[in-house]
Amino acid sequence: MSPKTLYDKIWDAHVADESDDGTCLLYIDRHLVHEVTSPQAFEGLRMTGRTVRAPDKTIAVPDHNVPTTLDRANAETMTEDSRIQVDALDKNAKDFGIHYYPVSDVRQGIVHIVGPEQGWTLPGMTVVCGDSHTATHGAFGALAHGIGTSEVEHVLATQTLIQKKSKNMKVEITGKLNPGVTAKDITMSVIGKTGTAGGTGYVIEYCGDAITDLSMEGRMTVCNMAIEGGARAGIIAPDATTYAYCKGRPHAPKGAQWDKAQAWWETLFSDDDAHWDLVVTMKAEDIAPSVTWGTSPEDVLPIDGVVPAPESFTGGKVDAVKRALDYMGLTAGQKLTDIEIDTVFIGSCTNGRIEDLRAAAAILKGKKVKDGMRAMVVPGSGLVRAQAEEEGLADIFKDAGFEWRMAGCSMCLAMNPDQLAEGERCASTSNRNFEGRQGYKGRTHLVSPAMAAAAAITGKLTDVRDMM
Amino acid sequence: MEKFSTLSGIAAPMPLVNIDTDMIIPKMFLKTIKRSGLGGNLFDEMRFDRQGNEIADFVLNKPAYREASVLVAGDNFGCGSSREHAPWAIADFGIRCVISTSFADIFYSNCFKNGILPIVLPQDQRDALMKDAEKGANARIEIDLVAQTVTSSDGDVYTFEVDSFKKHCLMNGLDDIGLTMEKVASIDTYEVQLSAERPWV
Ligand code: SF4
Repeated sequence: MSPKTLYDKIWDAHVADESDDGTCLLYIDRHLVHEVTSPQAFEGLRMTGRTVRAPDKTIAVPDHNVPTTLDRANAETMTEDSRIQVDALDKNAKDFGIHYYPVSDVRQGIVHIVGPEQGWTLPGMTVVCGDSHTATHGAFGALAHGIGTSEVEHVLATQTLIQKKSKNMKVEITGKLNPGVTAKDITMSVIGKTGTAGGTGYVIEYCGDAITDLSMEGRMTVCNMAIEGGARAGIIAPDATTYAYCKGRPHAPKGAQWDKAQAWWETLFSDDDAHWDLVVTMKAEDIAPSVTWGTSPEDVLPIDGVVPAPESFTGGKVDAVKRALDYMGLTAGQKLTDIEIDTVFIGSCTNGRIEDLRAAAAILKGKKVKDGMRAMVVPGSGLVRAQAEEEGLADIFKDAGFEWRMAGCSMCLAMNPDQLAEGERCASTSNRNFEGRQGYKGRTHLVSPAMAAAAAITGKLTDVRDMM
Repeated sequence: MEKFSTLSGIAAPMPLVNIDTDMIIPKMFLKTIKRSGLGGNLFDEMRFDRQGNEIADFVLNKPAYREASVLVAGDNFGCGSSREHAPWAIADFGIRCVISTSFADIFYSNCFKNGILPIVLPQDQRDALMKDAEKGANARIEIDLVAQTVTSSDGDVYTFEVDSFKKHCLMNGLDDIGLTMEKVASIDTYEVQLSAERPWV
């Protein structure tokens, strides 16, 4: 048999039908659904009299525009149009008989945190969701990617997707990370190197010591931002770390089923002589705590850098950088550590897991956020929140002056009332620094949780290594 | 879905690189549970000020481009989220074709599901069409999906690649779900095999 990559193996195991031109029907093992990109899909099913083919493999949770304030049980806190979407999801979940975690359920949270936490996401699966950060689930050695609403409807109706195969790209991070450098810095540095279109047409497999050394939380952070690098999906081969995380989760297999599953999972790795269409290698030692300065995730630099000049770029990027600096209110040559911020957001499907909160709390312990700073922590799920309370992390955040919120997407995309005002500047652990992403004319600097905590204390973008 | 075979129209130039889905349709317009009516908010934050007044120098507000049906855009158009609201807004505005050097994956496939043709051309050809588009309303670009060509206002002809299945569906306005339903036997067979081989799924 010809050697295969991990992606090839998962792909081959899911082809339900193949046409002569290579267009395949790919079988979908898990379909995750949220309130923003699904209403039109369910509407489509109703209009055509179709049903959900595999309700048992379909999991819904509202996350994007639910309030994260403590009083959210009170319906008044939700705007009318948000409530309509959440009510529609409630009704659709009930009518079509799919698994559902309502806002009132402690297991509710960001869909990409809930899936793994509940054991829905497992190695070797195909996972889709009407959300680009579905890439997160690739951390389990699952083929996971975002889809549009028409495709959501297609998966609901047929449990398959019409797909053509992507190319194989390997991103290898060798060696060990230095102290203060995290999974977030890895994934941002890769995008800084390859650009936001560098992964277009590829599925990226991340490998190398620095990747296998990561916990599942860290691996999810890395895969989460594969989409910012333009890739269809990011994926990491399953190993003992993966199995340990999955074992005992509510929807993970048990007993003999587990053994059978693990035996298959252990075959899921890229063969030594597999073909790669593109290989990118980086040394872990070369990666520093990183921060974005512009309005594209590729606008990333080590924290000890300076804001670049537009002229140092070429092509269309020159104008894009001019526009970005103007939008961000920055001047070329300015030290990144001189940039003052007024808001800190810790959360999102990139960095809203327990380990992220631990990393931030370790920096914040016994310290206070700078006067006038608006700082908030939005745990990725109700269970992350509960665990952080049990571990005493919530108290550290609250004592430092952070708001301690309920679970949801919140200021990652600012569809709920958590938004930046015009000109406000935020150190954020989320994944997108696009214009207006966190609020109209709001300015976003993407950082790791530890870097966000450091910035909250000093009121400026800060090298976390100086605080360790 | 509306069929697409040929198009002759005004092309609006948007040379900015990395135009993302948040620019195409800002998130406050994602709270709808309908597909229609988003065209009024296409590029909302670039097109209108906070009071809702048009920003005069934004390309689609210029008299020459109000009726544009083609966009010629900078590299990596449509990056960002998977929101299909982006192609819905583009189509609702009346744009049926976007030309760039590259598109983000999800956006690219979302276009085909909404009667929009995304065309990838090499940089020099895209740049030539960008110049063409800058001439305003007199410069009409012709697109022929059947022949897979774009013809500039000066008569230069560029050919483009498109997946044959996607082309077929777009030309015939075919609904993917209906097509897949015809293959339901393969899905049934797959599921039987799946429950034997990987019962935990
Ligand atoms: S946390 Fe942000 S990136 Fe993640 S699913 Fe929510 S909105 Fe999308």
